[in-house]
Parts: sequence; C-alpha cells; structure tokens
Amino acid sequence: MFAQASAKTAEYAGKIVHVNEEGFLLDPTEWSPDIAVEIAKEEGIAELTPLHWQVIDFCRKHAVNGRSPTLRQITSGTGISTKEMFSLFPKGPAKKVARIAGLGKPEGCV
Amino acid sequence: MADENRKMAFICSKGTLDMAYPALVMGWAALGNGVDVMIFFTFWGLDIIRKARVEHLELAPVANTSMKMSLMGLKGADNIGIPNAVGVLPGMTAFATKLMKDKIHALGVPSVREYLQMLLDGGAKLYACKMTVDMMGLTKEDFVDDSIEIVTASDFIDMTEGAQIIFI
Repeated sequence: MFAQASAKTAEYAGKIVHVNEEGFLLDPTEWSPDIAVEIAKEEGIAELTPLHWQVIDFCRKHAVNGRSPTLRQITSGTGISTKEMFSLFPKGPAKKVARIAGLGKPEGCV
Repeated sequence: MADENRKMAFICSKGTLDMAYPALVMGWAALGNGVDVMIFFTFWGLDIIRKARVEHLELAPVANTSMKMSLMGLKGADNIGIPNAVGVLPGMTAFATKLMKDKIHALGVPSVREYLQMLLDGGAKLYACKMTVDMMGLTKEDFVDDSIEIVTASDFIDMTEGAQIIFI
C-alpha cells in the first residue's frame, strides 16, 4: 500500500498512521472513527453530527482505490444537497470529508 | 493559514457552448478547494446566465479549426476538417451542438444550468455586466437566479481586489 517507505506519519487518537504531504491517510484500513473525530477538529469541525457520519460512511463505502467520491457523487448518492455539504464541511467539502474519512482526495472534475 | 481567503474571479465574455464550460468547471474546482469564487458575465457571455439562452448554447463548425471529423465519429480523422462550405449548411450548427452535448452527457458532466445551480449552492457569486445588460435591453428577471446582481465594470474592479482574474 505504501509506495514510499519514508512516508510521513501522524498520531491521532493514540494511533500512528501513515499520511501524505497534505495530511491524507495513505491506508484507509488504518482509519477509525476516533481518528475521524480528531482530523475533523483539525479541519475546524468541532463536532461530527449524525449527518456528518452519514457522509463519511457513504464515502468509505464508495471509495474507489482508496479515493473518496467527488462532491457530485456524494450529493447524488446520499441525497444531501450541495448547500448542506458546504455547511457541513465548509471550504471544499469533498476534500475535507475525504481527509476525515481516511481516504485519498477525490479524482475527477465534478 | 493566510488571513484572507484565496479568491478567484472569472470573466465570461463568450456565449458558445464550449466557452461556457471552462469557468463552470474551474469555478467548481475552486469551490472544492475552499477558494472564494466570483463569475462576471459580459457581452455574449451573458447568454450563459439568461433563462432564454442557457439551455440553447451552441457550437458552430464554421471557422472552428479544431473541430475535426473525429468529433463527428469518424475514427482517426483528427486532421480532416469539416469544410466551412459544409458547415454553413442548415442544421450543421445544431448537429455539432448535439454531438458535443451528447459527449458532455456521456461523461456525466452536468448541463450548464445545473452547473450554475451547483456553483450558487456552493457559494459562488454571479454577476451580470451592466453595460451589456443595458445594451441588450435585459433586466434582472432575464437571468436564471434572483441572486445574480447587475454590476458595473468599476464595481467589478472593486470587488476583485486581491483576486486572481481569469478572462475567458
């Protein structure tokens, strides 16, 4: 899974995980809900509500090659609107939820 | 983290189907990266946000040197053009437009109207150029969303202080 043996690590919820330069987890299997809570705090989201978790679960379930779905895939897959997504995960929802969900950045333009 | 958020301002001056998408795609990508987005529609670019035109943007094969027969489905014909004399035939613009729209749809890319809604929902601000609006005899009601403001070029210059400006 890790291409670089020298990959950076970070500690969340008492666990060491491998991350890339931008702080995205390199191995989705190292992720846990406790880790999500801590990364969310780093991203400025103080508390993960059930709606946040619905999005996180959706992304974990629909990740392709460890990469999170795009925002449009999330909105059409969960029924959560674009507006709600921007208020749940302000400033770049798909990217933000990808990081919190322990996945790679989404690929694709929409 | 920087004190002020990164801002991008797009100026859409063209109203053809192929010139509508760049700002929509890049604007959406910018929102996805937490960047503030403004889009200013001027001259023919106003067609992109006009209720009457948004679903009817077209692509003309005449004088389009990049549109080759390969777009028409002829495999490998990347360097065989559509003669301008053929492009002027009735229905050719509609035909080329339909082909392009089918390709856009097949890729799962949203329509122009849907993209505009996504941008607005994501917090982008859309503006119409006052001079063009006056010249074309339009009003605020002619645009696809109530939130679209009519502003002068001078307003635009004020609003875009510190923004990266992209002219299309």
